[in-house]
Amino acid sequence: MKNRVVITGLGVVAPNGVGIDAFSKAIKKGESGITFHQQLADLNFSCCIGGIPEISEEKKLEYLTPLQLRGFNSSGILYGCIAGIDAWKDAGFSVDADSELDFDSGTVFGTGTSGVEKFREAIYKLDDNQVKRLGSTVVVQTMTSGISAFLGGILGLGNQVTTNSSACTTGTEAILMGYERIKNGQAKRMLVGSCSDDGPYIWGGFDAMRVMTYKHNDSPEQGSRPMSKSASGFVPGAGAGALVLESLESALDRNATIHAEVLGGNINSGGQRQGGTMTAPNAVAVQRCIKEALSNSNISANQIDTINGHLTATSKDGLEIENWTKALSRKGENFPYINSLKSMVGHCLAAAGSIESVATVLQLKEQFVFPNINCEDVHEEIPVLISEDKIVKQVLHTELNIAAKASFGFGDVNGCIIFKRYN
Amino acid sequence: MTKDELIAKLKTIVQPYIQDETAFANLSENTDFISDLKINSANLVDVILDVEDEFDIRIENDDMEKMISVKSAMDIINEKLAQK
Repeated sequence: MKNRVVITGLGVVAPNGVGIDAFSKAIKKGESGITFHQQLADLNFSCCIGGIPEISEEKKLEYLTPLQLRGFNSSGILYGCIAGIDAWKDAGFSVDADSELDFDSGTVFGTGTSGVEKFREAIYKLDDNQVKRLGSTVVVQTMTSGISAFLGGILGLGNQVTTNSSACTTGTEAILMGYERIKNGQAKRMLVGSCSDDGPYIWGGFDAMRVMTYKHNDSPEQGSRPMSKSASGFVPGAGAGALVLESLESALDRNATIHAEVLGGNINSGGQRQGGTMTAPNAVAVQRCIKEALSNSNISANQIDTINGHLTATSKDGLEIENWTKALSRKGENFPYINSLKSMVGHCLAAAGSIESVATVLQLKEQFVFPNINCEDVHEEIPVLISEDKIVKQVLHTELNIAAKASFGFGDVNGCIIFKRYN
Repeated sequence: MTKDELIAKLKTIVQPYIQDETAFANLSENTDFISDLKINSANLVDVILDVEDEFDIRIENDDMEKMISVKSAMDIINEKLAQK
């Protein structure tokens, strides 16, 4: 007997909203969190815009102790701790340094690179022959599992505490890893999510690959343009998303508020074959991932009401839509609604899948489809595949039961989750 | 520097790392960093870095291992200051 898995807690740190209430309001309004950053311009970046969440010094102290903040220089861990702690509290748990160890709760909290600014600081000291002057804070902030280690200690988690990493699929994969663990009875609750650092040292490599837009330095809010004819590359973002997954039985036992259900999903790889490369997806594998997610969830393609795509605003958006039409065997007017959160927050890299999943769950819980901004000029490849009405441009309040969320990442890796409204 | 001045300076340095307020309030020459103040052993290296900065001295590995109490810290600091 496999457990049903529900979502009882949500937390988010996004460029257009920190905290679930602010984020929910922002995505309904179509508010952009993309701004110009002088630091990027000073460093000769082609793309000088990005999405960076705003966190005050006071806010940091609500989540981390003055001791934890001494020598602290890891934006991803900060965002992850805020989102993770918020999700844990939203699920009805308290955060207490002396709480009893909970062997039934764990975390899978992913990231791409941890504490890149801290790492830079350490390398400068090392090269200056000052290894002894690094102090005790370098390892815990730069080890990839820094974020799960911080959260595990703050919350007193006694089940699996780990960090996954699979490029832009990381957040989506973390959710499915936690889901599997609960489904199989190995944990009652898993805090799942992902985070990503912000700034030049994490974004520079993408700027060098010329995959970020350089055409909107004077119009940052119009920069991120998924599905648009004038899309010219992605806009980098940062932040964290977190969900508390729980067995239905445990959630009902403690009378928890249930935001939605995770019906199932799939993770696969295109193996960098059949057109797939380190940076481009194998379409056969993408379609298979979506189809397997449906069968794993025991639903038919026609039951999907809305899709939260990967849709980054590079030249691959048309191919992604085509993959969805083929995987679902639905097109034109028969295609579900589709949107991309990246139009508002940019591409939050390792944090993308979890932030976008939080948005997807909010859509089911509050029964709306958030608008795509910056695609008033839909790319001509898209209307031949699906009706333009399905690309929602103003918030749409409508009945939704099932939503699909997919993420695709460098290394030709894919992830697709099926969420269902809980009622 | 008098003994009391040195203790006062050490008290300011260890404050961010202590986890036992009562022991901290009663800090004396005989206070132990780990068993009394409950400083996390990983943070001892940070205490030593802060001592180095405050007194403009360098503390080598051998001395570092001995610096586990207010008394031993005072001895090492005085020794290093005398060598300056």
